[in-house]
Amino acid sequence: MTSSTIKLHATAEDHHVARMAAVALGLTLLEAAIPSPLPGVKPGLANIVTLIVLAKYGWRTAAWVSLLRVFAGSLLFGNFLTPGFFLSLSGALLSLLVLSLAQHLPARWFGPVSHSIYAAFAHIAGQMAVVYLWLIPHAGIAYLIPIFATAALVFGTVNGLIAARFMDNVKTK
Amino acid sequence: MHALRHIRPGDWLTLLSGSVAVVWLTLSLWSGELADKAVIRSGGKIFREVALSRDQKIEVPGPLGMSLILIQHRKVRIASDPSPRQYCVRQGWLEHAGEIALCLPNQVSVELLGSHKRYDSLNY
Repeated sequence: MTSSTIKLHATAEDHHVARMAAVALGLTLLEAAIPSPLPGVKPGLANIVTLIVLAKYGWRTAAWVSLLRVFAGSLLFGNFLTPGFFLSLSGALLSLLVLSLAQHLPARWFGPVSHSIYAAFAHIAGQMAVVYLWLIPHAGIAYLIPIFATAALVFGTVNGLIAARFMDNVKTK
Repeated sequence: MHALRHIRPGDWLTLLSGSVAVVWLTLSLWSGELADKAVIRSGGKIFREVALSRDQKIEVPGPLGMSLILIQHRKVRIASDPSPRQYCVRQGWLEHAGEIALCLPNQVSVELLGSHKRYDSLNY
């Protein structure tokens, strides 16, 4: 009996997606080292990668990168299928949904900064929905929403600016 | 002002509406209007105080019979009552702190309480 080898044929695009997801993962790991005053208030640096991929390669690739990052990240942190994992997943899914709409905004007027802010708000909305419907069905969590919303606005803007800056550098080179 | 170059006109609009949303959320959520618990009274005495977090049905006895109080999705209503005019039943769902439904002939009432008492038409 010959040993059976499973061969996966990875296209150049697959490699590209994997590389981008790896960069996003690196940023997630980096971010985990930053102390946060409130669990859940994070800059979301990995979304910079998602934004750049969205602008350059389209929504499908961005979705791949974002979801691979969520799954691989949870395996790295050891929280796959734990509440924390479902929080990132719901946030990522709702962000992607909103980005699929936001990308059709006229590019002359709306850039990565808008995309980033909309996605950041969608992210906390997805997370709060999971928290409320599943983890803590108590009105008390509503008191945290203003804090998360403020963080989403600030970090969304900053991430959008960083993404725009990066794309600028690539273009001029 | 190197970074501002990347903000397109529509982005300013997004930033503005985002800020408005944050301010509105803060004002509406931090004003203490959210109800935490319901106080059920029968014959003027407190029958039970229940948190709104769990959906449940509560039967409250009064002089005319049973009033049925329903808690669902953090809202409260009187589902049925033996009173002839059914005012409290027709009042429907209560969700904000300070709201109250009274079934007068049956002497049953439900009042919602939040972190602090708001003014209403009965006290000021």
